Amino acid sequence: MSDTQRSGAGASGEELLSLDATELARRLHAREVSSVEVTRAHLERIEAVDGDGGGDGVHAFLHVDADGALAAAEVADRAIADGGPVSPLAGVPIAVKDNMTTTDMPTTCGSRILDGWRPPYDATVVGRLRAAGLVPLGKTNLDEFAMGSSTENSAFGPSRNPWDLTRIPGGSGGGSSAAVAAGEAPLALGSDTGGSIRQPGAVTGTVGVKPTYGTVSRFGLVAFSSSLDQIGPCGRSVLDAALLHEVIAGHDPRDQTSVDAPVPPVVEAALAGARGDLAGVRVGVVSEFAGEGYQPGVSAAFTDAVRVLGELGADVVEVSCPSFSYALPAYYLIAPSEASSNLARFDAMRYGLRVGDDGSRSTDDVMSLTREAGFGAEVKRRIMIGTHALSAGSYDALYGKAQKARTLIVRDFTAAFETCDVLVSPTTPTTAFRIGERIDDPLAMYLADLCTIPSNLAGNAAISVPCGTSADDGLPVGLQVMAPALADDRAYRVAAAYETARGESTGPRIPELRALEGSR
Amino acid sequence: MTAVVESAPYTVEEVCEHFDPVMGLEVHVELNTATKMFCGCANAFGAEPNTNVCPVCLGLPGSLPRLNGAAVESAIRIGLALNCRVRERSGFARKNYFYPDMPKNFQISQYEDPIVFDGYLDVPLDDGTTWRVEIERAHMEEDTGKSLHVGGATGRIHGADYSLLDYNRSGVPLIEIVTRPIIGAGVRAPEVARAYVTALRDVLRGLGVSDVRMDQGSMRCDANVSLMPKGTSTFGTRTETKNVNSLRSVERAVRYEMGRHAGVLLSGGAIRQETRHFDEQSGTTSPGRPKETFADYRFFPEPDLPPLEPSADWVESLRAGLPERPWERRARVQTEWGLSDEELRDLVNADALDLVADTVDAGAPPEAARSWWVSYLAQQANTAGVALTELAITPAQVARVVAMVAEGTLTNKLARQVVDGVLAGEGEPDEVVAGRGLAVVSDESALTAAVDEALAAQPAVAEKIKAGKTKAAGAIVGAVMKATRGQADAARVQELVLERCR
Repeated sequence: MSDTQRSGAGASGEELLSLDATELARRLHAREVSSVEVTRAHLERIEAVDGDGGGDGVHAFLHVDADGALAAAEVADRAIADGGPVSPLAGVPIAVKDNMTTTDMPTTCGSRILDGWRPPYDATVVGRLRAAGLVPLGKTNLDEFAMGSSTENSAFGPSRNPWDLTRIPGGSGGGSSAAVAAGEAPLALGSDTGGSIRQPGAVTGTVGVKPTYGTVSRFGLVAFSSSLDQIGPCGRSVLDAALLHEVIAGHDPRDQTSVDAPVPPVVEAALAGARGDLAGVRVGVVSEFAGEGYQPGVSAAFTDAVRVLGELGADVVEVSCPSFSYALPAYYLIAPSEASSNLARFDAMRYGLRVGDDGSRSTDDVMSLTREAGFGAEVKRRIMIGTHALSAGSYDALYGKAQKARTLIVRDFTAAFETCDVLVSPTTPTTAFRIGERIDDPLAMYLADLCTIPSNLAGNAAISVPCGTSADDGLPVGLQVMAPALADDRAYRVAAAYETARGESTGPRIPELRALEGSR
Repeated sequence: MTAVVESAPYTVEEVCEHFDPVMGLEVHVELNTATKMFCGCANAFGAEPNTNVCPVCLGLPGSLPRLNGAAVESAIRIGLALNCRVRERSGFARKNYFYPDMPKNFQISQYEDPIVFDGYLDVPLDDGTTWRVEIERAHMEEDTGKSLHVGGATGRIHGADYSLLDYNRSGVPLIEIVTRPIIGAGVRAPEVARAYVTALRDVLRGLGVSDVRMDQGSMRCDANVSLMPKGTSTFGTRTETKNVNSLRSVERAVRYEMGRHAGVLLSGGAIRQETRHFDEQSGTTSPGRPKETFADYRFFPEPDLPPLEPSADWVESLRAGLPERPWERRARVQTEWGLSDEELRDLVNADALDLVADTVDAGAPPEAARSWWVSYLAQQANTAGVALTELAITPAQVARVVAMVAEGTLTNKLARQVVDGVLAGEGEPDEVVAGRGLAVVSDESALTAAVDEALAAQPAVAEKIKAGKTKAAGAIVGAVMKATRGQADAARVQELVLERCR
C-alpha cells in the first residue's frame, strides 16, 4: 500500500491495527476506511511479526491467504458501498483456528497426519463468517488436534506470546489469541474443549469465550472430544467478542447436538454491562479455585477484580463446588476416550499422510506406520489413555466413573447457580510459562486448565476477560466469568462491566514486539 | 482328525440322538429409505463406485451425522411387526475397530439400549404348524463400505494383490434382528431356521421397508449353532456362520454345522468358537481367518447424536398402520375368495396375491381380478421380461377395466385392448377407450342404421333371411361388425337383423 493511499484513508496502518473490531466496523460502515485497507494493514502486520515458526516471530499463523483475503475485502467494500443491508462486522478481518474446515485453505489441525488434505466443504462457522462479510486472513496454529495448553504440541512449532516471545501463548488456541494480541487480526475463532479459548485469552491479555455447548455449530470442526468441543470468539474487547458471537451462533441442522433456541442477546448484554452497573447481580467466588498452585500475582489480580465487581454493585458471595476437584481427572478420561475414537479415521486410506505403502506391506501395517509417523507424542498419549479407558476391563472403573463425576460437577453448578447469577475464578492458575518449561511434565501442563474444565464438562457458558497483570512478572491475568447454559449474556454483562471499570490501566493491548522488530 | 470328521458329517437325525441343537440367528436388513442413515446421499444399489458419497458418509474430518427419521420409523415398524417393545429412550453407540471399508473406523450402532426389544415371531412350518421364535432385540446401525480384493485365490483379503474400496454402501441404514436362543427344535432345527428367515423376509416385504434381496445383500443372515448333550441345559461352544446368501443356504448351513459339531464332539474334540464361511457350491463351512486378538469394540455412547425418544403417539400411529401379516392375509383371502390350495399357491408363486387383493379392494370381484393377473397380465409381464409388480398398470386400473366389462361397455376382447393401451402409457382405462374409440356400440338407432345399411348393400341376402333362412343373417352380422370395427355386441346385432327382416 502506498503512502498516498494510506493518507487518503485518513488513518495509518498502525492506527488501524490498534482499533478494536467494533471501531473498525464503525469506520468501515461510515466508509472512512475500506476493508481492503484494513485487510492490507493486517496482512502487513502478519508479514512483519509472524515469522515462519523458526523461532523469531509470533508464529500465530500456519497459513495466510493474502489473495483470498483481499478478494473477500473487495467484495465487502462493494457491499458496503452499495448501501444495502450488511452485517455489523462486514469487512472486518478474522483469523480462523486451523481445526475448522475451509475449502480455500488447508486444514491441518497442527498435525502431520493431515498432510496435503484440502477439505471439500466449509465448516458452518466459516460459512457464517463469509456470509456476514468477514474477511478470513488465514488459519492459526494450535496444539495438535487441540490437545495441549501451550501450542508446543503443534507439529509446526509453537506460537509465541506477544507479551514475551520466550513464553507460551496458551493452548490449544494459542495461535488465535496470539494473533489478536499481536494486532495481526482484530478477531479470531477458537475452539474450547477444556479451556482452549479462555486460557490463551488469559495469558495473552485478550478476551476469549466458550459459549454454551450446542449454541455454535460444530459441523466442520475437526472433533477432539465431541461432547466437550465448542467453537467461540476471541477478541480484544468483550463487545468485539459479542459481535462475533452473534455471527457464529445459532441452530444448525447439520449438527444434531446444536441447540434449537434463540441466541442469547450477548451484544445487548455487553453494551448494558459497559454502562457499569451490576447492582443486584449475585457473583459467586468459587472457593476451590484458590490456594496452593495459584501464582500469588494471579491471586492478587483476581482478588482485586472481585473487589471491583463489588464496587460495581454486585453481591459477592463465596460458593463451594466440592466436585470440581474431580474435574481434571474426569476430563482426562472422557476427552481422551472420545478422542481415541474420533482420531481413528486418520488411517492413510482416504486422505492425508500415507507412510510405508511400498507394495510389500499389509493395510494394517500401513495404518500403523502412518499413525506412528503422523501423530505427535501428546496425541498418542491421549489415544492410548482413551483406548484403555474404554476397554472392556476398564470401562466401568475409568470412563464410567468419569461420567459419574461429570454428573456431580453438573449438580454443583446447578446448586451454585441457584444462589448466584454468575461464578468467577481466575481463568488459569498462572501467567504464561516459558516455552519448554512444562512440555516434559504432562501433569503440570494439564493444571493450566484446572479452572476452565468444569464449564466444558457441564456445557455452560464462560468468558475470560483481561484482569490486569501479575505483580510478580508483569504478564496478563484473566478473570473467568461462568454463567448457566443458555445464559451467556450474563457472563458478557459482568465481563463488560468489569472491563469498563478497569479501563486501559494495564498497558498496551497490542504489545510492541520490540524483541522481534529489533532483530530484523 | 478334523479333516476326516468334516468329510463325513453326521445327519441331523444322528446328531439329535446325542445332542440338542441350539441356534441363534442374526439377520441384517438394509432399509430401502431414499437416503442414507446419517446424510442425504442416495441409498441405491448398483451405482458406479464412490458416486453416492459425501463428507458425512466418507467420515471426513469435521463431518457430523444427522439421523434419518425414515430409518427410525422403519425400525419401529419392524419392531412392532415382530411384537417387540419400543424403548422410550434409546441411544446410539460407537463400535470401534479398524477396517479400511469403514471410513471413521467406528460404526454408529446401538449397544445396551436397542430401539426395539423383547418380541417374537410365529413362524409357519412346512407341515402347517407354527414355531414361535423369540426376538431378543432389533437395533439400528450404519452399513460399511465394500472392499473388493483383487488377486489371490479366494477373493478374500488374505492373499490379495490389492484392494479397492467402494463407499456407496457406507452409511446405508441397517437393522440387525437378533433372536433369543432357539432351543428344542431337534431334527427340525435347519427347517426352523429357514422358515424363520422366510417368515421374516415376508414380514419385512409386507412392511415395504427393505428390498429383502439375499442375493444382493440387502438381507444377510448369520447363523450361530451349538450343541448340548441330550438332557443337559448348558449351551455348548458356538460357531457363527456368515455368508449365508439364500433361504436354502440357511437350512443347509445349520444342517452342516450341526453335523460337523457332532463329529468333532463325538470324537472327543472341542469346538472352537469362531466365525465360519458358508460355501454355496459345496454346502460346507470353513473357518474364517482366526482373530489374533480378542475383539474389544470399546462401545461407548455416541456423543454426536442425542438420545432417541419416539413419542407414544407416534408409536401407536405406526402400530395402527401395520399391514396384515402375509400368512394371515393368505389364509383370509383363501376363505373369502374360495380358493383351492393349488390356486392360492399359484397366486403366491406368481407374486400376484397382493396385486389381486388390491384389485379386489378397488372393487373387482375376486375371480375376475385373479383371472386378469394370473393369465393375461402374467403373459404380458412374461413377454416384456419384467416382474408382474413392475407392469405399468395399477390394481385400480385393472378394477376399472373389470367394471367396464361388467357394465357391458367393453367386451373381453376390447378389454384386453384397453389394458394394452394402459400398458403402452396411453393413460387411464377411460382415456384409452375414448382415445382408441373402443366402447361397445350400444346406441340402438346407430346399430339399426348400420343393419339397414348392410341389408341394403346385400339385397339378395336380405331376401334369403326374409324367406326364413336365418343362417344367412351371419353375413349381415359380419358386415355390421366390420362396419363398427368390432365394437358392437354381435348377439344384439343378430337380433336386430332378424327383427328388420321380419
